[in-house]
Amino acid sequence: MSLLLQPTLSHYLILGAILFAISVIGIFLNRRNVLIMLMAIELMLLAVNLNFIAFSRFLGDNAGQVFVFFILTVAAAESAIGLAILVLLFRNIGSIDIEEMGRLKG
Amino acid sequence: MYEAAVFYAFGAVLVLSGLAVITARNPVHGVLFLVLAFFTAAAIWLLLRAEFLAIALVVVYVGAVMVLFLFVVMMLDVNFDKMRERFKSYIPVAATVGILVGVEMALVLVGGYLGGERTVAPPAAAAGYSNTKALGLQIYTDYAYPFEIAAMILLVAIIAAIALTHRRRRETKYQNPVEQVRVHRNDRLRVLNIPAEKREP
Repeated sequence: MSLLLQPTLSHYLILGAILFAISVIGIFLNRRNVLIMLMAIELMLLAVNLNFIAFSRFLGDNAGQVFVFFILTVAAAESAIGLAILVLLFRNIGSIDIEEMGRLKG
Repeated sequence: MYEAAVFYAFGAVLVLSGLAVITARNPVHGVLFLVLAFFTAAAIWLLLRAEFLAIALVVVYVGAVMVLFLFVVMMLDVNFDKMRERFKSYIPVAATVGILVGVEMALVLVGGYLGGERTVAPPAAAAGYSNTKALGLQIYTDYAYPFEIAAMILLVAIIAAIALTHRRRRETKYQNPVEQVRVHRNDRLRVLNIPAEKREP
């Protein structure tokens, strides 16, 4: 009973696991839409960050938070370049459907 | 007790908004649910005493990256319904893989950390403790070199995004400095030898 009354490390880790699983499902479900796939990747990074911060709190080490700081930086760069590629793709083939991107076939 | 109530409430909102992101029919709604998910995650990070990162998540992520997403979603004129044609046929395999991933992760994490001596929250920090100050001290001393690399990554991202989406306009006139510097006198000036004409007396 006391396990339910006080959130422990496992609570946060399981929440992160659920969020990660949801974003994996999202990538499968929207395998034709690049935009929603990018959004699912953002959600996945959020789950990873949640794990980092939970460990940082319960192990009493700030290094986890510093790492989240760097992950946020890299994720912002990733989404900026990803969206730029998306815009370029839409300009060139008029669609963001993955099925229409098979142009590198020999 | 109070902490648990906050955790369960925000955890439920986080999971539900995550589900809404991946099933949204309209991508604009998807992005807005993603914003909700980030806000809720920031609240959970506050519960974990990561104040600086919680605010950074709201300001940097919701304020910049999500707005960028919204820009792109509203700019693209795409028929999103066509891409959802076989949405339902993907559900079985997606649910199988997703639930397996979630259960495996939960089993590993619970097996390792449930009942361990380090799973109980540490005592509250001393008065005057500043999370931002502690993080800043670490970033600018132990992690100064990674911090510089992060700055370089951002610079590369800026240049890459501009270089990818920049379009040269045909109707705008540009100077070409190379041609301007290399121009020769004879390209611009022609000296003609015209004999002077005598006026009729």
